[in-house]
Amino acid sequence: MNEQDARQAVHAAINQVAPDVDLDGLDEGSRLRQDLELDSLDFLRLVETIDEATGVDIPERDYASVATVRGLIDYVASRG
Amino acid sequence: MVEWLIKPGDYVHRGDVVAVVDTDKTVMDVETFEEGVVAELLVDVGTTVPIGTPLARITRTPDDGAGQAGGQPAVPPAKAGPEAAAAQVPPPVRHLAHQLGVDPSGIRGTGKHGAVTRADVERAAAARSDRPVPEAAPVPEAAPAPHGTRVRSSPRARRLADQLGVDIGTVPGTGPDGAVTEADIQRAVQGAGASAPAEAPAREKEPEEEPAAEETPSPDAQDRLSSLRRSIGSLMTRSKQTIPHYYVSTTLDLRAAIGWMQQVNEQRPVASRLVPSALLLKATAVAAREIPEVNGFFTDGVFRPSSTVHLGVAVALRHGGLVAPAIHDADTLAVDVLMQKLRDLVGRARAGRLQRAEMADPTITVTNLGDLGVEAVYGVIYPPQVAMVGLGKVVEQPWAQDGMLGVRPAVTATLSADHRVSDGLRGARFLARIDELLQKPEEL
Repeated sequence: MNEQDARQAVHAAINQVAPDVDLDGLDEGSRLRQDLELDSLDFLRLVETIDEATGVDIPERDYASVATVRGLIDYVASRG
Repeated sequence: MVEWLIKPGDYVHRGDVVAVVDTDKTVMDVETFEEGVVAELLVDVGTTVPIGTPLARITRTPDDGAGQAGGQPAVPPAKAGPEAAAAQVPPPVRHLAHQLGVDPSGIRGTGKHGAVTRADVERAAAARSDRPVPEAAPVPEAAPAPHGTRVRSSPRARRLADQLGVDIGTVPGTGPDGAVTEADIQRAVQGAGASAPAEAPAREKEPEEEPAAEETPSPDAQDRLSSLRRSIGSLMTRSKQTIPHYYVSTTLDLRAAIGWMQQVNEQRPVASRLVPSALLLKATAVAAREIPEVNGFFTDGVFRPSSTVHLGVAVALRHGGLVAPAIHDADTLAVDVLMQKLRDLVGRARAGRLQRAEMADPTITVTNLGDLGVEAVYGVIYPPQVAMVGLGKVVEQPWAQDGMLGVRPAVTATLSADHRVSDGLRGARFLARIDELLQKPEEL
């Protein structure tokens, strides 16, 4: 999957889980937990939403590498 | 009272959702504890009544009386085999189907035991929205009672509509489930020249607008937030003024629990994975059952321990504020079931769709702020409960055991408890018990 598609999928998933996040002004260095204030259940739903949309299943051992918006986009782009 | 889902003559079963009410904290479904025929609705939509006010009169009738409920084939218990249950359409849903001009018997139910839910009916209605809705022609003179048009709206929006002389049935709603908000009314007044208020309400648009409603806090949401802040303030003030809190804290060793969870999650699709909170909540619920001094209510100067554990879970709302609905009988649920209930509860809490019983009866509450970064939480007890458990962030920390130093995941658990009911020794025992239970996660 190219980066643009991955970004779109990640943005759509964030919008679903945290509709109050302003995607236009989103700094891709933002950390999902601390900056976007996703708790563990939100994060699980985010991973689930991305899996449904792109078929990319992020196993728990890789959670650390998808801690930021940028990390998540790169992860989806490289595996989707 | 936001909406009645039943009308006189409907047959209701125990547990049916019969109305939607708007409290300071959230919009809630109200279910009935009685079974029978609705004789009379005692509270009008748009009015505010004190907690405990009877809302409707329900007359008990023999089973054969059920047949009167609008000519629909009711399901007497005697015939309620699996097949009958599969076709079950609760009266409020049947009523909605009738309103939307949908035949409920043709809908495949997605609810419990295949029951047809409101969402099923709304989907079915949306799917055939190209056809005119038979009852969606609320010509003003034909609709003397505003709620007869089944427009979802807040009481404040109704009052504003009354003041401004707007027919609320003609205003497209942008609130939850297409509810008409104050802002919608104001827009309708401003745009009255351009839009054609005489047209039938844009009912078929409601399902599309539903997701959009969550995107920005409407003025309605702002109102709710300040009202929520006020009620949290007054409840917590009452707590601190009346409950002599004491605090004890311990570090829970999560090596076994997290290790077990990771192993389990490895085999699972993301939808059924666990989070550490599920294990922590289960252990807390079991410990609460074993140490009754932390589980129950202090009312009228007396502590009444609860024989069941309804575990309140403090849920932070994304626009601010929090609610603490209960997971019922949490001590008896398998961890997987508890996890699903937790996801469901948090989802509904954030969508503002909790049921009254969930809001009213936690016997002990857990706050899990650690999920968002802090290491320890010192909670304020929700009266009339007598204990609040604060869970911090799961962190890796150096751990000394048997003269050896290692690294383990751990979490700080803090108990705030009511000194009128227990003292530090029992509180400490409770936390120690949580830790013991977490050492055998497979048995939770």
